[in-house]
Amino acid sequence: MPSLEMTNPAALPADWRDFLALTKPRVMSLVVFSGLCGLLVAPVQLPPVLSFTAILCIALAAGACGALNQWYEVDVDAKMRRTAKRPLPAGRMDRQSALHFGVGLGGFSVLLMGLATNWLAAILLAASILFYVLVYTVWLKPRTAQNIVIGGAAGAFPPLIGWVAVTGHFAALPLLLFAIIFLWTPPHFWALSLFVRSDYAAAGIPMLPVVAGVGNTRRQIFFYTLPMAAAAVAPWPLGLSGVVYGVSAAVLSFVFLVLAARVAANRATEPAQMDAEKHLFAYSVFYLFALFAVLVADRWLAW
Amino acid sequence: MRLEDEVVRRQRARARIVALLLGAFVVLLFLITIAKTGMNW
Repeated sequence: MPSLEMTNPAALPADWRDFLALTKPRVMSLVVFSGLCGLLVAPVQLPPVLSFTAILCIALAAGACGALNQWYEVDVDAKMRRTAKRPLPAGRMDRQSALHFGVGLGGFSVLLMGLATNWLAAILLAASILFYVLVYTVWLKPRTAQNIVIGGAAGAFPPLIGWVAVTGHFAALPLLLFAIIFLWTPPHFWALSLFVRSDYAAAGIPMLPVVAGVGNTRRQIFFYTLPMAAAAVAPWPLGLSGVVYGVSAAVLSFVFLVLAARVAANRATEPAQMDAEKHLFAYSVFYLFALFAVLVADRWLAW
Repeated sequence: MRLEDEVVRRQRARARIVALLLGAFVVLLFLITIAKTGMNW
């Protein structure tokens, strides 16, 4: 009987923890949170079990996107330090298992969403999975430096889906929430890609810092922050939120702009000297959590 | 650890997880049915 150390790990059935890792749980947390906020700010409420199911479906769909993304990008992930230890490039799982898991999870989430809430929400959920996998991962990401700009739409779906799951129709506020995440994605990802650009270059991914240079990316981050801040504050003057949200969004967006300006002014080219970029990346995650949390609090204070 | 032992350990762990998830799904479907028929708990 061969010992475990002498055996190719891929020949073993994958550990359940590796299936969990395929779903990118940390990314999923932000997706679930934004979907939950979309659901909570809706003017009507679902029974708790249906609300829970809607959020579960959004989480499962996000997990499916993560699994299919890793199934498709196994060669790219193997070339990047940040992703080389994932189950597929590390050889702890075979590709077919990841594909079956991703497709199964995605199909199940769409079906359950349709049965539990409504089919418009299910169609939106299916569209978000297909957009992320086919448009972003397969088409845009390996081809254009604008991959994050257009691909950001995939991550912007959850609040819209959460709202539609409750109401069954579109409205101005969830479309604004969609716009906020859509415009937030480029500064968020470009801040990250600045200090891991050598990874992207090694993997042949045409991220903006690799293709257009560090200076150009820093300016783009600042310019994209301006419409993002405008979209973040917009619900207040449009009468879709109260003063609590309006003031909080203005303060949070102002800090974002200051950090983006620091990035634009930075001249460092070595990742070790990119504190401004690392601060902006960390703050951008906090920003989205805080903005959506305040919006929910504001709506509940109004009721 | 022998390869065969590790295969069995992983298969058992996965079978337990799948059983738990299927059980949870049955409960969830029951609750969804109750909610959809208007008996909100």
